[in-house]
Amino acid sequence: MTDDGRTVPGAGLLKGLATTARTMGHRAVTAQYPDTQPELPPRSRGVIALLEQNCTSCMLCARECPDWCITIDSHKEVIPAKEPGARDRTKNSLDRFAIDFSLCMYCGICIEVCPFDALFWSPEFAYAEYDIRNLIHEKDRLGAWMATVPPPPPLDRHAEEPKEIASAAKAAAKAGPPGDPE
Amino acid sequence: MTALDVLVRLTIVLVAFLTLPLVVGQAEHKIMAHMQARVGPMYAGAFHGWAQLVADGVKFAQKEDVVPAAADPWVFRLAPAVALIPYLVAMVAIPVGPGLVGQALDLGLFFVLAVLSIGVLGQLMAGWASANKFSLLGGLRTAAQLMAYELPLVLSAASVAMAAGTLSLSGIVVAWRPWWLAWQAIALVVFFVSALAELARPPFDMPYADSEVIFGPLTEYTGLRFALFLLAEYAGIVVFSALTAVLFLGGWKGPFDGTVGWVWTLAKTMAVAVLVIWIRVSYPRLRADQLQRLAWQLLVPLSLLQLALTGVVRVLTA
Repeated sequence: MTDDGRTVPGAGLLKGLATTARTMGHRAVTAQYPDTQPELPPRSRGVIALLEQNCTSCMLCARECPDWCITIDSHKEVIPAKEPGARDRTKNSLDRFAIDFSLCMYCGICIEVCPFDALFWSPEFAYAEYDIRNLIHEKDRLGAWMATVPPPPPLDRHAEEPKEIASAAKAAAKAGPPGDPE
Repeated sequence: MTALDVLVRLTIVLVAFLTLPLVVGQAEHKIMAHMQARVGPMYAGAFHGWAQLVADGVKFAQKEDVVPAAADPWVFRLAPAVALIPYLVAMVAIPVGPGLVGQALDLGLFFVLAVLSIGVLGQLMAGWASANKFSLLGGLRTAAQLMAYELPLVLSAASVAMAAGTLSLSGIVVAWRPWWLAWQAIALVVFFVSALAELARPPFDMPYADSEVIFGPLTEYTGLRFALFLLAEYAGIVVFSALTAVLFLGGWKGPFDGTVGWVWTLAKTMAVAVLVIWIRVSYPRLRADQLQRLAWQLLVPLSLLQLALTGVVRVLTA
């Protein structure tokens, strides 16, 4: 640009050449996917993993699921009373937990709603199948994905503590100083 | 010149004709990719996709050779050869070093320019014979474009011939002096821009504008015939880059040109080819009216001005 605001003839042409040359000087950010795995952030929604021992077959996830892609079968098991005069206890035992990933829309409501922390997001994403029916994954496959669940990311600085820690501290204070026998 | 000598020279020209366009094509793949913040081919040949064009060639060879039912089969089949062979013939006459030339011709410049304008016929044949409206439109666009740019191309080349006082390409290089870069600067620019238009390279690729006429004259081509057209485009880049280097940049002249003169010619040719690629990446396509205006209102007057300047300087220094 000259002082009176007009451009020098050809300045735009040179600018175009300079732009492409500058881009060539930078390193391309392309990652060669099958050779280098992507670094996914901790909360990536790849697939839903199941921690089976935490599941109580309460059915909350199956009922909250917007497209009904979770199937749960369970039966009650009777635990006989250990002491005479006590009542027998019952416990839900999980027979089948399946998520149909051809229906799942990755909303994460099941994970939010689970009161016992049995469902987790895993960043695993490479589970394509040749047949849509093979996308129904049973609890063994969902359980295997637990190994890929990353630890939760650290809290932000000055973040509020999780409620669990605060309530545990409160309970400890109520119980008295540590080491004080009841 | 013995028969063996001729055979060796022609073999070298043929090898150069088959390899240099691939080198330019691969350079275009990678340079264009990096200019667009991509990485380009990475798999073929394991090291940065160096064998991509070989893989492409294998792919083209496997494809079915389709001739449209309504096409004029003979003209349709012949067109790729007509487009490609002139570049091979032109390469024969382009000198790479002192004496290093397929066939030294006293009328070298005239011969090369005459042969190169035959290649256009291949595009016209393809456009006409395909029985496809897009092909025909593309072919006519090619015709209009080449009609316009042939004139400044020849005029700017004539300026150098006038300056050197010879039509022999080797003679032009021998007569060339570094200060000609300034003297023939206008002719250099006009020749380079006209060469881009002759090759229908972006930004002068209106005959192949994919958003308007699909692929112009090449729309109906598949397989090897299509590959031959592509090869013709890249051979054309090599030939016109070599011509620019020989006519305007002093060919084999440079430090140590007694021993490595041919390296200088190749280096200058490749530098011009890289500029061709660089310009392709940087500029958008010209419209039909812009194309014609650039040729008739700018390049032709400029080349006439250059001719006058060349004549005046010749007379003054003679």
